[in-house]
Amino acid sequence: MDLQFLTYSIVGLSFALYIGIAIWARASNTSEFYIAGGNVHPVANGMATAADWMSAASFISMAGLIAFNGYGASVFLMGWTGGYVLLALLIAPYMRKFGKYTVPEFIGERFYSKTARIVAVICLIFASITYVIGQMKGIGVAFSRFLETSYEMGLFIGMGIVFIYAVLGGMKGITYTQIAQYVILIFAYTMTAIFISLQLTGNPIPQLGLGSAMADGTYLLDKLDQVIVDLGFMQYTTQTMGNTLNMFMFTLSLMIGTAGLPHVIIRFFTVPTVADARATAGWALLFIAVLYTTAPAVGAMARLNLMNTIQTGEVGTEDGNLVYEERPQWFKNWEITGLLKFEDKNDDGRIQYYNDQNEEFAAKAEAEYGWKGNEMVKVDRDIIVLANPEIANLPNWVIALIVAGGLAAALSTAAGLLLAIASAISHDLLRGVFTPNMSEKSELMAGRLAMGGAIAVAGYLGLHPPGFAAGTVAIAFGLAASSIFPALMMGIFMKNINRTAAITGMIAGLTITLLYVFQHKGLFFIPGTAFLGDMEANWFLGISPNAFGSVGAIVNFAVAILVSKITAPTPDHIKRMVDDIRVPS
Amino acid sequence: MTQKNKQAYWKENLRLIAICLAIWFIVSYGFGILLVEPLNTISIGGYKLGFWFAQQGSIIVFLFIIVFYTVMMNKLDRKYKIKEG
Repeated sequence: MDLQFLTYSIVGLSFALYIGIAIWARASNTSEFYIAGGNVHPVANGMATAADWMSAASFISMAGLIAFNGYGASVFLMGWTGGYVLLALLIAPYMRKFGKYTVPEFIGERFYSKTARIVAVICLIFASITYVIGQMKGIGVAFSRFLETSYEMGLFIGMGIVFIYAVLGGMKGITYTQIAQYVILIFAYTMTAIFISLQLTGNPIPQLGLGSAMADGTYLLDKLDQVIVDLGFMQYTTQTMGNTLNMFMFTLSLMIGTAGLPHVIIRFFTVPTVADARATAGWALLFIAVLYTTAPAVGAMARLNLMNTIQTGEVGTEDGNLVYEERPQWFKNWEITGLLKFEDKNDDGRIQYYNDQNEEFAAKAEAEYGWKGNEMVKVDRDIIVLANPEIANLPNWVIALIVAGGLAAALSTAAGLLLAIASAISHDLLRGVFTPNMSEKSELMAGRLAMGGAIAVAGYLGLHPPGFAAGTVAIAFGLAASSIFPALMMGIFMKNINRTAAITGMIAGLTITLLYVFQHKGLFFIPGTAFLGDMEANWFLGISPNAFGSVGAIVNFAVAILVSKITAPTPDHIKRMVDDIRVPS
Repeated sequence: MTQKNKQAYWKENLRLIAICLAIWFIVSYGFGILLVEPLNTISIGGYKLGFWFAQQGSIIVFLFIIVFYTVMMNKLDRKYKIKEG
């Protein structure tokens, strides 16, 4: 059947499902709007958390990151899953016991300070907005590539869908659509992976396929190592991301950033008991691990398929490279989008794809093979997952499913983030700080209005992405890691951290992190405003800006502990409150 | 629950957290990053062991850590006769 028609049908059906859920799961009070009434089953909540967490980046970009960074991309795999251990052990049970609606609310009450609450709100909004722009862009790109609408049209349709179920249903509507979205996205992702694993290794389980031998008896990973080393690239299984310290700090930043992201934490408010909050973390990681252990197989297999498509024979032989005129259809499709670009540098009509940054190999290729530079001048890593079914010649309905899956991943995360933003505005700023006397009914209305406003702002920024939109990892995870995570840790585990200590700690942590990021990437990522180029030689001890959140966290802890020694001790009623959240009842 | 019991419960919880985080650290930062090179000299099927821990093993162990912690904490809740909800 026609791909266009299939894609429209499958995406249309999934959207109809989301709208159906929105009508069924309307929120009638603030408890339902903020925390889905607090009675979600832990398995359901685990699934919703998994969809909430796995964004367009997890679904579309991560396998591409792995494909081109090999072992180095392990920082993302460990970082984005290890954070759930921290959530289960250090955060979720106590947040649930606290039993309110938002993360800034906890910070405000624990540190008996509206200022602390406002600092937390600012971090939350800045981190969540940065994150949500990425989702909006993902929706626009998926629509424009596969449904042949304009980017703007795709974005408006995505906004419309989120508007319906998030404004009507709040957390309740979001929870049940996220469950549906998880099912769609995980089915799409694993289905493709199973097909490709079968084709390459005969093993239907991708996690085992990655460690299996191929038809010619060599192991897939050994083969991949050899194929890319022969073309001057770094060995797949040992290629690192910066030095060991950078890998370490990067993983740490992503882990504590994950554990400090408000849109993830609020999901733990939606279950009835502390025991259920712990269980939610386990179920969530199980559902997430299905995708995260599959992604390394998808990445490695896609890289091998890509290399084999272009390097059809022995490296350096006359007919060892693909003739450009004979390139497959998917190649042409992606050339149209500009995400794949070829330039025939040596005018031989064939494609040479190799690492010309490797001077030794580049010299040899020029002298012996007549190659004049890498001719695949652009291979956008984001096409890996989207092009995978086409590269592997899978049926059209699998491609259509991938589109629906990518949209589900983007929509589910966007909705979670928008709720975090809306509740920070209506509950923390309006109810908590500016108009404490507002009735529940008007707070619910304020929540819906804030949600509508947040969607409009996110849509606008998706159409006109500011520079900092490129910094999801550096800004969202950096802020969560350097300000929110330490504040929560000290709030729960260190009674002697008082108001002044917490506020100065948070501000110190986020300031140093943002300054470091801006120093290397430009003030708010505006080109030309960086003080130092973004390259390893300029980094402090080789730590990249993306990995600096963990340094910010250390500064936050150090400053807070120091300040707490020289300021008035925490009042007794706050100490009793901490005792109370530590033990379920 | 008495104040004394609350403190005992918290102490047992902290001990459990310490054990779990030690394992969490060893499989990811230890096996996956700091010790990756020596572990890569060992192969399991087509996987180098260090690489396997970094891209598969650590995630699987993380899952077991949470399951273990959840089971042990439910036990602890029963020991201290905590009934929620």
